[in-house]
Amino acid sequence: MTNFKHTFEQYNWNEIQSKIYATTAKQVEQALAKSKRNLDDFLAMISPAAQPYLEQMAQISHELTKKRFGKTIQMYAPLYLSNECQNICTYCGFSLDNKIKRKTLTDSEIKLEVEALKKTGFDHVLLVTGEANYTVNINYFLNAIDQIKKDFSIISVEVQPLSQEEYERLHEAGVYSVLVYQETYHQEVYKQYHTKGKKSNFDFRLDTPDRIGKAGIHKIGLGVLLGLEDWRTDSFFNALHLDYLQKTYWQTKYSVSFPRLRPAEGIIEPNFIMDDKDLTQLICAYRLWNEDLEISISTRENEKFRNNIIPIGTTSMSAGSKTNPGGYVVDPQSLEQFEISDERSSFEMASIIKQRGYEAVWKDWDRTFDFKF
Amino acid sequence: MLPFNIGDKTFESRLFLGTGKFGSNVQMEEAILASGSELVTVALKRVDLETETDAILSHLKHPRINLLPNTSGARNAKEAVFAAQLAREALETNWLKLEIHPDPRYLLPDPIETLKATEELAKLGFIILPYIHADPVLCKRLEDAGTAAVMPLGSPIGSNKGLKTIDFLEIIIEQSKVPVIIDAGIGAPSDAAKAMELGADAVLVNTAIAVAGNPKMMAEAFKEAVIAGRKAYEAKLGQQYNQAVASSPLTAFLYE
Repeated sequence: MTNFKHTFEQYNWNEIQSKIYATTAKQVEQALAKSKRNLDDFLAMISPAAQPYLEQMAQISHELTKKRFGKTIQMYAPLYLSNECQNICTYCGFSLDNKIKRKTLTDSEIKLEVEALKKTGFDHVLLVTGEANYTVNINYFLNAIDQIKKDFSIISVEVQPLSQEEYERLHEAGVYSVLVYQETYHQEVYKQYHTKGKKSNFDFRLDTPDRIGKAGIHKIGLGVLLGLEDWRTDSFFNALHLDYLQKTYWQTKYSVSFPRLRPAEGIIEPNFIMDDKDLTQLICAYRLWNEDLEISISTRENEKFRNNIIPIGTTSMSAGSKTNPGGYVVDPQSLEQFEISDERSSFEMASIIKQRGYEAVWKDWDRTFDFKF
Repeated sequence: MLPFNIGDKTFESRLFLGTGKFGSNVQMEEAILASGSELVTVALKRVDLETETDAILSHLKHPRINLLPNTSGARNAKEAVFAAQLAREALETNWLKLEIHPDPRYLLPDPIETLKATEELAKLGFIILPYIHADPVLCKRLEDAGTAAVMPLGSPIGSNKGLKTIDFLEIIIEQSKVPVIIDAGIGAPSDAAKAMELGADAVLVNTAIAVAGNPKMMAEAFKEAVIAGRKAYEAKLGQQYNQAVASSPLTAFLYE
């Protein structure tokens, strides 16, 4: 059976990085002039040489996104179920060595959190946890999903990597999409940031989207943690991963997210700073390369950026998010994964989206299509 | 301009609209009203069937507008058939736009599953309008299966590229016993006019109107283009010649 590792091994980090930084203006112009762009064009568009073309890229990105997705933004909200974690990841608030009280929501607490979320209009929920395989495992997820599936048309999960069989069970249970971020595609750097726990296994994580694809999940979300390594090189590998997945699991949808490192309790400062211009360039490059890719913008980003990125390629947004278990009502003071930058409520965000001439879409799936025969 | 029938309904307007991609539901409603359309397609997955006041449906409550639920999201015949039954129940119509696209990138229709679903749905009494490739043989097979119309694509959906499949559309129109509605890829009023000149019975437009700078005005433009194209077809367009017709050098001998 095929997997991404095979493709990944044919590329060398340093060679790709050199190629990105050696890109010329002419190569960027050639990429921009095309109507269908490949990975080489993506590489050119994320290079420093493409910076002077940012407005032009934004214009094309706007047109392509409008054509494919219309003037709509899909709305979703994260629901943190647990901050228990047995991994040590030096950038994350949930890291095992961060000695703060841990919390995993019980059934009755989940019910209260869901009630609060429903009042804010959401029909798409993203379930998030750390990695605590003894307590927060497939059985915990299935129980939670069973409890909340009547309340949401779309359930997405962002939890520890699971086995193919476990993903199949999630799919059966009505999970629509699974998000898993490689964090960085630089193997040595990955080891430095993920010093302990199951997550320290680079290859197991790299193989995760293949297992999700084989399990028949509708949508797979990828991303790199921007700030751990050179974002340009890391993003090339992320695009390579998407390209492989799209060709292999051709019935699956794909999304990309852009977690920029944010301050959190007890964590390190980012090694590589990515400013707003860089992030805009990256978003445009993804869109120009891949017209069908869903692009998600979370509340890690600030108000100004979020207001203005709406027409430049975005297809989905969260709002009013809490990144701690029980954050909506049960236990607002529990340990959060990272601080959010945009604290506006879902309805405030929807009205901003409307002001930009876009429609906030709350429902875009129906459980009918999950009917099992 | 002649009215035309699909199933039990007669349509004055030959322009059908999609309801996705609009910047707001108000904009959608204005555009639909301006287009004069009498049939609009709605994605079942976008509608909240549990509330009486669904945001989309509440903007489509006009006496002349008929709803055409679609199965967008279905990846095979079984899912589509199940969704169709739910749509019929909830929206109280047996009309159905059958869309089965297992490929989420280009949303290209699966001909095999579409034929299977059409066979089943016809038995269940649905008025089926299947979205398909511009494949003349498939159209005849769908006719045999009991489809009410066929909806071949002009080019990839949402591409605004116009009638790239024109040679096949002409064959389909020539052979079809059921109405032919050109569905995807119509990017400009001129494309719609061209489709009507070819003899298509109707066109379905969404992206080109929904994402226009002024959707309402674009809807009017499409309305007029469809009327112009249809009138030209009914008035019998003059033949096009690539070169001037010479005085008959090959047959002149017959008259010598």
